[in-house]
Amino acid sequence: MSLTNLEELTAIALFGIGFTLLLLDRNLIKKILGFSMTDSGIYLFLAARGYVAGRTAPIVTEGVQAVEAYVNPIPAGLVLTGIVVSVASTAVMLALTFRLYRSYHTLNLDEITNLAGKEAD
Amino acid sequence: MQPLMILMLILILACGLCVALTRNLLVAAVVFMAQSLAMSVVWILLQSPDLAITQAAVGAGIDSLLLFVTLRRIHAVDAAAQQEEGQAAPEEGGALHGENP
Amino acid sequence: MARIRDDTGLNARQRFLRWLLEGDDALDQALADGLDAPPPRPLPSPRAVPVPAAPDPGQRRRERASRWLYVCIALLLCVGIMGILLRTAADLPAFGRADNPTNNEVPARYIEKGLQETGAVNIVAGMILDYRAFDTLGESNVLFVAACTVVILLRLQQGDGHRLPRSVAEELTWEPRHDVILQTMASLLVPLALMFGLYVVLNGHLSPGGGFSGGTVMGAALILYLAAFGFEKAERFFTFRTFRAVSVCALGFYALAKAYSFFTGANGLPSVFTPGTPGALFSAGLIPYLNIAVGLVVACTMYAFFTLFRKGDV
Repeated sequence: MSLTNLEELTAIALFGIGFTLLLLDRNLIKKILGFSMTDSGIYLFLAARGYVAGRTAPIVTEGVQAVEAYVNPIPAGLVLTGIVVSVASTAVMLALTFRLYRSYHTLNLDEITNLAGKEAD
Repeated sequence: MQPLMILMLILILACGLCVALTRNLLVAAVVFMAQSLAMSVVWILLQSPDLAITQAAVGAGIDSLLLFVTLRRIHAVDAAAQQEEGQAAPEEGGALHGENP
Repeated sequence: MARIRDDTGLNARQRFLRWLLEGDDALDQALADGLDAPPPRPLPSPRAVPVPAAPDPGQRRRERASRWLYVCIALLLCVGIMGILLRTAADLPAFGRADNPTNNEVPARYIEKGLQETGAVNIVAGMILDYRAFDTLGESNVLFVAACTVVILLRLQQGDGHRLPRSVAEELTWEPRHDVILQTMASLLVPLALMFGLYVVLNGHLSPGGGFSGGTVMGAALILYLAAFGFEKAERFFTFRTFRAVSVCALGFYALAKAYSFFTGANGLPSVFTPGTPGALFSAGLIPYLNIAVGLVVACTMYAFFTLFRKGDV
């Protein structure tokens, strides 16, 4: 066990903060922020695993094509699409939140559940 | 490079904690934006410039804009409802406060 | 929701509004209440945290107990997961070492053969738009589907016989007029940002960036233009029809081009689109064109998100 993996540890901590927010906060917007933070944590973890010290970004320069010259391009490719898709999911969640607010006039999930339960009765 | 990286990682964690602990949703959105910017610096340090460009445009630009607009429209709905009920206009930012447990 | 699907033409607006405003479902009714008409039940003030007058103290106690139980279990779960994951992360092979198991033969192949096989100098672009192009098509489609979902959720169509309540309509279309600082800075920054986005998209196979990065930059530039100069000017070049046409054309082009490429030339078989001279603007086979398609989809989607949230229409 070592404490040299600072990037990975930060990523996990970020994931944990986001996950806790997602589970424990009653405010819907805070839940969405927590979800986005969970995303960021996962992306940071992926990118950190692909990094190799002393190598440069995976763009071929001066015809050098040795593996020893560039960092791992796969996490970058995965995270690139992931970041954009996470905006799309944030937008959908915000739209749903707005519709909920428009009908229940609160962002508190417990109150919304209560009101929805009363309407169903 | 290592000190800058550590600084940015601390900043990311601090921003995350701040988002988790604040009750004001507007503050949460702004701090989330700052976290995205710190994140894009980390991408540069991890040798992924593609990610840095995307994260800067998405996290600091579009994500937080969507959050701001949602908060504004929530406030607007709130104000409209209050007007219909014949009450006084809500105090500034009234709807922006979250309800934490 | 099934009703929206069959709708076409002018009638659709009225039917959509009827669904929105007087739908038979209780949820539909509730959704309509927030928009229009004096609400039938008193609306709770948004900041009134306790639900007033819970009739049965026993039920209330049970609710509080279940909430408490939920908090305990959730805390336990979070702390447990955090502990396990942190411990695992600390036990991982050290950060930044070349012999990490993630640096195996797959990235080696991409780095060593990528330039010859795809023609892209930027290995990441060659990877996501050539080796894994099918994946990227799916991701562009996710964006389009998300935009469609937001349209369904947020679009307010103001039909002929119906107007939104004035307070709501004013709030929706309110914008700062003739804001000198904003407009001066925007007229400086919007062309620059658009140019930068275009540059990032067009040079996606040569330098960092590509369709996703450049598309978001262009979308942000369009949003800035809208924020500074208002809906009237922005609607001269971007309406819902534009969004639909551009997104569908770009996605269709992507699918067709990639289908052609898989049919004729995948895995390095010869095709019309040759890798060309590495480093030239028109090289790397299909990648620049696919980058443009992805960039258009992303830019349109981002702009559409903003306008839908802002005023309930594109």
